[in-house]
Amino acid sequence: MTDLCGGGMEGLWSIAVVLLPVWFSVMIGFIMIPAMFGLSLGVTSVYIQILVKILEWATLRIERGHREQPTLSVPAPLPFGLIQREGGSMEQEMGELRRYRTQSISRGEFALSDSFYFYIKGLESIVDDQVTQRFSSEELVSWNLLTRTNHNFHYISLRLTIIWGLGVIIRYCVLFPLRITLAIIGLTWLVIGTTLVGFLSNKRLKNWLSELVHLMCYRICARGLSATIQYHNKENKPQKGGICVANHTSPIDIVILANDGCYAMVGQSHGGLMGVIQRSMVKSCPHVWFERSEMRDRNAVTSRLRAHVAAKTNLPILIFPEGTCINNTSVMMFKKGSFEIGGTIYPVAIKYDPRFGDAFWNSAKYNMVNYLLRMMTSWAIVVNVWYLPPMTRREGEDAAQFANRVKSAIAHQGGLLDMAWDGSLKRAKVKEAFKEQQQKMYSSMVMGKKGRNSQEPHTESTRRQ
Amino acid sequence: MGSRASSLLREEEIEEIKKETGFSHSQITRLYSRFTSLDKGENGTLGREDFQRIPELAINPLGDRIINAFFPEGEDQVNFRGFMRTLAHFRPIEDNEKNKDPTASEPLNSRINKLLFAFQLYDLDRDDKISRDELLQVLRMMVLRMMVGVNISDEQLGSIADRTIQEADQNGDNSISFNEFIKVLEKVDVEQKMSIRFLH
Repeated sequence: MTDLCGGGMEGLWSIAVVLLPVWFSVMIGFIMIPAMFGLSLGVTSVYIQILVKILEWATLRIERGHREQPTLSVPAPLPFGLIQREGGSMEQEMGELRRYRTQSISRGEFALSDSFYFYIKGLESIVDDQVTQRFSSEELVSWNLLTRTNHNFHYISLRLTIIWGLGVIIRYCVLFPLRITLAIIGLTWLVIGTTLVGFLSNKRLKNWLSELVHLMCYRICARGLSATIQYHNKENKPQKGGICVANHTSPIDIVILANDGCYAMVGQSHGGLMGVIQRSMVKSCPHVWFERSEMRDRNAVTSRLRAHVAAKTNLPILIFPEGTCINNTSVMMFKKGSFEIGGTIYPVAIKYDPRFGDAFWNSAKYNMVNYLLRMMTSWAIVVNVWYLPPMTRREGEDAAQFANRVKSAIAHQGGLLDMAWDGSLKRAKVKEAFKEQQQKMYSSMVMGKKGRNSQEPHTESTRRQ
Repeated sequence: MGSRASSLLREEEIEEIKKETGFSHSQITRLYSRFTSLDKGENGTLGREDFQRIPELAINPLGDRIINAFFPEGEDQVNFRGFMRTLAHFRPIEDNEKNKDPTASEPLNSRINKLLFAFQLYDLDRDDKISRDELLQVLRMMVLRMMVGVNISDEQLGSIADRTIQEADQNGDNSISFNEFIKVLEKVDVEQKMSIRFLH
């Protein structure tokens, strides 16, 4: 018995020895070399087209299944929320509630019905709130044949299940090994290439080679995710000495953006594998890595970034002002720190197509490795990147207002919801100051329009700063 | 994850909840999805901190009172049935229900029950009366007292409370009973203002 096993093992080994070089040469020939020069064999676009056809068929099949068996069907997610919400301001709503009273509200005063406004608002937010849903993956209107997005879809038909099964096999057994190989090759080349370039002393040659190395690696990595990226308005691409800001959905954003240009990365210096990559990247061109202790000192951070930007020959910095990953349905508050550095801001909007894979990194649920594995077993990553025209701070505009202006522009271009809530609400509690704002608004209603406070009450859109 | 959502709610349970609260099948499933997404501990019940994680609720001046309404006396966790029972108060009143059999028990979302819910948010000690103190407590929660510019002193709140009780009180016991509460608010469109309308 053991003899057979031994013989079998040897046989496998010899097969492997023959196959491995073949595998690698195929990799290099068909995928890596075109990737390095930014060319494409067109395989990915054909793949995407086939996928779209299959998903459309699946959608129709599921809808038919729901119509035939209405009791089985679970309702599809609603794009506009669960409930109807009154859009009026606090003053309007309370005014309507108080209509039963004979005195007018301009006299101030309190009415027993005032509390109803808060009750209803509170209950509405319990049933459906705008914020907490941004920290978990977007629910798809129709199933895209991935188990991970199968929240509400039951067994519909045999054919659908077979296609799903085939999909599993293809994704895990064909695509996944391919992608892992590419990712490893890409990262290894990044480390080796940048270290080699670091030895050069000729400035111009060094910069040119460094850009080449970085681009090559990011292109290989992008292939490693089957990423199809569509860049719009390339004339607005970030220039040297500028600051590029974008909405943040996942660590892959960096790969997506760096496929089309070179950026100076900003971030915390890590240990381990990340640390190795970071240290070698710095050898070939300046990136800005902060120690954890430095990050707490806002002034130190700002001055270092300012110094980098001031040197007009440095690559544009890439910053994600939201500070955390959001699920790509909305843009949350931009931290004003990035907008205090000065210089020109180049906004970029990134929108992933959720049908092909969920790019959002839910860091509470999945760690980085888990997340990358999920990425590599999705169908594909299809992204749209819009370069917006550069913006600078206007006269009389403070950093926070400037940040909001940029945020609105990005949200508008990317078709995302523009929200004033802070992304750090993912982990932290909301500040007391916002509750006090509500109380302040109500207080001025109770005191009436006359009195010390003659400010206009805030409208709904500004209250949630 | 969402895939647990529908599988853990059995059809019989959905039917029972439907009968008790009047929500439709799809509304119950959606609300169950919502319940599970709030239930970070994944133990089938919600605690107070699960509610407080909702930012819009955390900034609501009466947020704590609302959260309390979900928890039965002395308990710290609420299950899905309890969750639905409380939410049922805010279901819109449908026309065909208005002419229901008068001997049947009052549905949870009737006008009377909506007003009772609001009354109980004032009446903390459940003695069926809103005392001056209880009214003052709610007032204190809603206004801002410590900031410069708009400040309302405790005295001013006190006189507001007195005035409100005076207006409503009919039997002279210096507190507002439930009937007096209903009388004061009889012109308020409770059906419209204390209902949550589902889009589906």
